[in-house]
Amino acid sequence: MREKAIVFEVNERQHCTTIPSHRTLLEVLRALGYVDVKCGCEKGDCGACAVLVDGEAIDSCLTLAWTVEGRAITTVAGLGNSNNPHPLQAAFARNGAIQCGFCTPGVIIASESLLRKTPNPSDDEIRFALSGNLCRCTGYTKIFEAVREMVLTRSGGVLR
Amino acid sequence: MYQTTNTRIIVPEFDVRQPTSLEAVLRELEHNAKGTRLLAGGTDLLVQIKLERTQPARLIDITRVPELMGMAVKDGMLIVGAATSIRTLANGVGVRERYTALAESCDAFSTVPVMIMGTIGGNLCNASPAADTAPALFAFDGAVELASCEGSRRTVPLDEFFVGPGRTVMREDEVMVAVRLPKTAAGTGSAFVKIGRVAADISKVSAAVKLVRKDDRVSECRIAVGAVAATPMRAYTAEQYLAGRRIDAKTLADAARAVEEDVKPITDVRSTKEYRTHVAGVAVKDALGAAWQRARGGERQ
Repeated sequence: MREKAIVFEVNERQHCTTIPSHRTLLEVLRALGYVDVKCGCEKGDCGACAVLVDGEAIDSCLTLAWTVEGRAITTVAGLGNSNNPHPLQAAFARNGAIQCGFCTPGVIIASESLLRKTPNPSDDEIRFALSGNLCRCTGYTKIFEAVREMVLTRSGGVLR
Repeated sequence: MYQTTNTRIIVPEFDVRQPTSLEAVLRELEHNAKGTRLLAGGTDLLVQIKLERTQPARLIDITRVPELMGMAVKDGMLIVGAATSIRTLANGVGVRERYTALAESCDAFSTVPVMIMGTIGGNLCNASPAADTAPALFAFDGAVELASCEGSRRTVPLDEFFVGPGRTVMREDEVMVAVRLPKTAAGTGSAFVKIGRVAADISKVSAAVKLVRKDDRVSECRIAVGAVAATPMRAYTAEQYLAGRRIDAKTLADAARAVEEDVKPITDVRSTKEYRTHVAGVAVKDALGAAWQRARGGERQ
């Protein structure tokens, strides 16, 4: 089989599609219109293409699309939009944790993946969770502060 | 559809399979092992395919095979399914306490998405001389269990598994089923040290140590280093030297010198031969110091 018919979910919408064996999840998601998933290095270094698969951040450029059969995928647009932003998206906007915005979808996905597993992470845990995302506008400090603010707000102001 | 503007595209299509049992994987290999590659996390294989370093005719996704996933303790031995992710392994019950160096090598494993995707079996089968988990598994006398389509099973000690860069003793018709780690003795301490440019990089040098501390002496010791030879390797001379000795400034220096004499690094884009030789000694020294402290009976072994 050089292609595979699969069923998978993106942002709570079901897709049934036949996928050529060599297409990455990144390519397929963008072709389906999920262009909030960004194409950066394409070899797992930059994190721009990160999406949640069953709640965990993975690099969609290193995932062959047919392997996600039955999985639920969340892209950054699935977390929230400008009318109804996800708390992380709001925290990023409030803290100016954004310049050109290209790395932002991957960074927010990585942050969400961390917070789902570790609701009250330490500073080191935040930094480690974001280590797979490159930002070329040198915005790391603001990004870190946005995630930290989100953690602080959630935990009622108690820092570990 | 699927017109893309990206630069690293996969050109050729290949046959794909997604079996849901080990038996089905072996059946697939029986029919056509040639040109078939097993796909686990894909974090190495996809990069190799994109760079056209390998062109598989067929990919078998083994991440839906329950027999290859998860961890169990059997007769005191820790058995880790080959398709268990690096992150699952690092967070496994008792792993950080009993196999500290292994948990630390998982922590040092590239970036978080790669830890979530990458698997222990993939890291070993990819057979990079710099494979992060290999030195730690050497240090714990790890072995890998291989199954073939003829129904045979064999267990290969890890220090006989690697043959050269990207090469192992595994045959094309074999699947790695699990990694087996013997129980650690009382008084065991271990540590892993990775030297890289930034944390997410492939290591320039890595070192793992496991020692058993008894009557304030080293009663047993394993030292392994990565990225300093064609395969990850044991530093036997330093191991033998330390047996029966105390860890102090002099024995640490002597052990480091022995390691420097044993390694055979190359110069490449990441580092020079001279740097790697010197730093292999330093990394082993640091790992020995940490393992010795931990073996004092702290909560980590």
